[in-house]
Amino acid sequence: MTIRLARRERGSRAVRPLVWAGAILLLGVLCLLSLAIGSRDIAPADVVTALLHPAGTGGGTADAASIIVWQLRVPRTVLAILVGAALAVAGVVMQALTRNPLAEPGLLGVNSGAALSVVVAISVFGLTRFDQYVWFAFAGSAAAAVAVYLLGANGVGRVAHTQLLLAGVALSASLGAVTGLITLFDSTTFDSYRVWTVGSLAGRDPGTVLMLWPALAVGVGLALVLGPQLNAFALGDDTGRALGLRVTLVRAAGFVCVTLLCGAATAAAGPIAFVGLVVPHAVRMLLGSDQRRVLAASLVAGPLLVLASDILGRVLARPGEVEAGIVTAFLGAPVLLWLVLRGRGAGAR
Amino acid sequence: MRRRVAPARTLESQRPHATPLILRLPGGLSLRLHRRSLLVSLGLAAAMVVTAVLAIGTGAYPIAPDRLVLALTGRGETTDVFIVLGQRVPRTLAALATGAALGLSGCVFQSLSRNPLGSPDIIGFTTGAASGGLVVILVAGTSSAVSIAAGTVVGGLATALVVYLLGGRGGTAGERLVLVGISIGAMLAAVNDYLLTRADLASAEAARAWQFGSLNAISWAQTWPLLGAVVVLVPLTLAAAYGIRALELGDDSATALGVSTARTRLVLLVLGVALAATAVAAAGPIGFLALAAPQLARRLARSPGAAVLPSMLMGAVLLGVSDLLAQRLLSPFQIPVGLVTAALGGLYLMWLLRHRAG
Repeated sequence: MTIRLARRERGSRAVRPLVWAGAILLLGVLCLLSLAIGSRDIAPADVVTALLHPAGTGGGTADAASIIVWQLRVPRTVLAILVGAALAVAGVVMQALTRNPLAEPGLLGVNSGAALSVVVAISVFGLTRFDQYVWFAFAGSAAAAVAVYLLGANGVGRVAHTQLLLAGVALSASLGAVTGLITLFDSTTFDSYRVWTVGSLAGRDPGTVLMLWPALAVGVGLALVLGPQLNAFALGDDTGRALGLRVTLVRAAGFVCVTLLCGAATAAAGPIAFVGLVVPHAVRMLLGSDQRRVLAASLVAGPLLVLASDILGRVLARPGEVEAGIVTAFLGAPVLLWLVLRGRGAGAR
Repeated sequence: MRRRVAPARTLESQRPHATPLILRLPGGLSLRLHRRSLLVSLGLAAAMVVTAVLAIGTGAYPIAPDRLVLALTGRGETTDVFIVLGQRVPRTLAALATGAALGLSGCVFQSLSRNPLGSPDIIGFTTGAASGGLVVILVAGTSSAVSIAAGTVVGGLATALVVYLLGGRGGTAGERLVLVGISIGAMLAAVNDYLLTRADLASAEAARAWQFGSLNAISWAQTWPLLGAVVVLVPLTLAAAYGIRALELGDDSATALGVSTARTRLVLLVLGVALAATAVAAAGPIGFLALAAPQLARRLARSPGAAVLPSMLMGAVLLGVSDLLAQRLLSPFQIPVGLVTAALGGLYLMWLLRHRAG
């Protein structure tokens, strides 16, 4: 089923391929930068050599460079792209599903569920390494999302989306209180938790991260399939139904999609708050509100933001780092502000 | 999946249980009252009184009723007087006043933004206030109540002002204001996270305990200004709220009804921020209450628009009960009241959503 909406064109059509080409080119450049920049200086030429000759085939310094590039920087770059895409797409689906421009994927309780189970993992089971609690985070976020759905999906018609949001907020608040209470009493846990909760891409075990990719792939696929339906969904439950949309099914599918994407991203990188909320807004302002296009553009814009933030975080505080979760807001917020203040208004409604 | 028939619900929500109660005032004025809102308000006010009596009358140090009455009039034993008049009364009053301020402020912001997620945070106020407080605690390294309160108020007001100046131009500012608010808020939240991760563990813990919002250290010195501000701001807000219903209909309809939208919005915005600032100065950034109280009130009162008075009373009752629990639950350990508010408000809201959909 395809629905053609009355187009609100932003920019002329001739320019659009150029924008796409530019964005993808920029993403490529950022990938290279991400491979080249780090606490250890490796010349760009050496990076290319290292990429072409995985460790073992060269010798001496080339080997060291190759190990760093292949085992640290490539996984990290891939992770940044995956997390960025997942969060941005989840944000688009979430805002479409709830018809609320303030909605962000974390509102499904995903972040608070993950946070609570990470805190429990650290505090009760004494786990300390990221790759040990990644599955706790994933399970926690999935459980919270299911609870929110069960609580919130019994509304009908216009109340349904408000209901879902409020259920998410209520559950998040309650879980957050438990998390707060545990971290208040247990300072060791609080010490690990305050680092986890910022969201960072540093020091992630490549193996664990790669195990999450099926969830991400299914989520993104589902989102792209849902794209046309979300356009009809935006018109309201009744109109959507009149257009042949199976509203409950779309809502459930969207829900699964957001849970998979956001759960996996949060498990992998911690709650990176800003991407899912703001990338959809920025993309809508540039491209109008056709969900198919917004989804596709988010797949590029999300990685752009997260990757750029991660690189900037590495450069800003060398030889240390600023976590990507902190930089995203500082990089993304001015962009959104500029878009808002340019006076074109938001295409969120 | 179970599917309900939509039209039946629509009819139910329009059931004429809400026959307006018209109060005729002298001078040809008449006041249209929503009957169920009125009943809910009365019930909440009664709950507020019960909470206050419990908070003042009971505690770790048992005081018999006759001694309590004596102490309240200031003539009992010195210990009794100190505990009752010096500790329990100001803390109870502060909890109720802070809750009322937050509930009312949340109601104003949800109406202004026409969004159930609206709260003083959508214009960055709460996050800015937290940033201000964190800077005072973690960067300046002081922990005196006055400087923290000053930091929070300055941080919150400065943020709100920046957001308003950037996003508030033009009359129909709704969505733009919200977008500017969330982007500035997100930046400040990142600053807060940064400050917390970079501080040493001890001060980070202190800052975090404060960040939840707490009434543990409250005394008359903070309570008097709080009460003064609430006594001034609440009637002003209630008076200004006559335009809220009209604003909720949309700017065009409101203008047609004779409401000056830009002015009403600005006045309500200023009052809402002032109320939030009052609460933050007294108790730190208590999250969630401003969001939950209006939603709970609206669902209880089944009011067609913003339930202004019930929201305020609901805020007061919620914070009063939460503070009681925060003091007694793990006594002698005192939980920050913000944690209890979040747990209690969250559970209550979930229960309401489950049992009274819509």
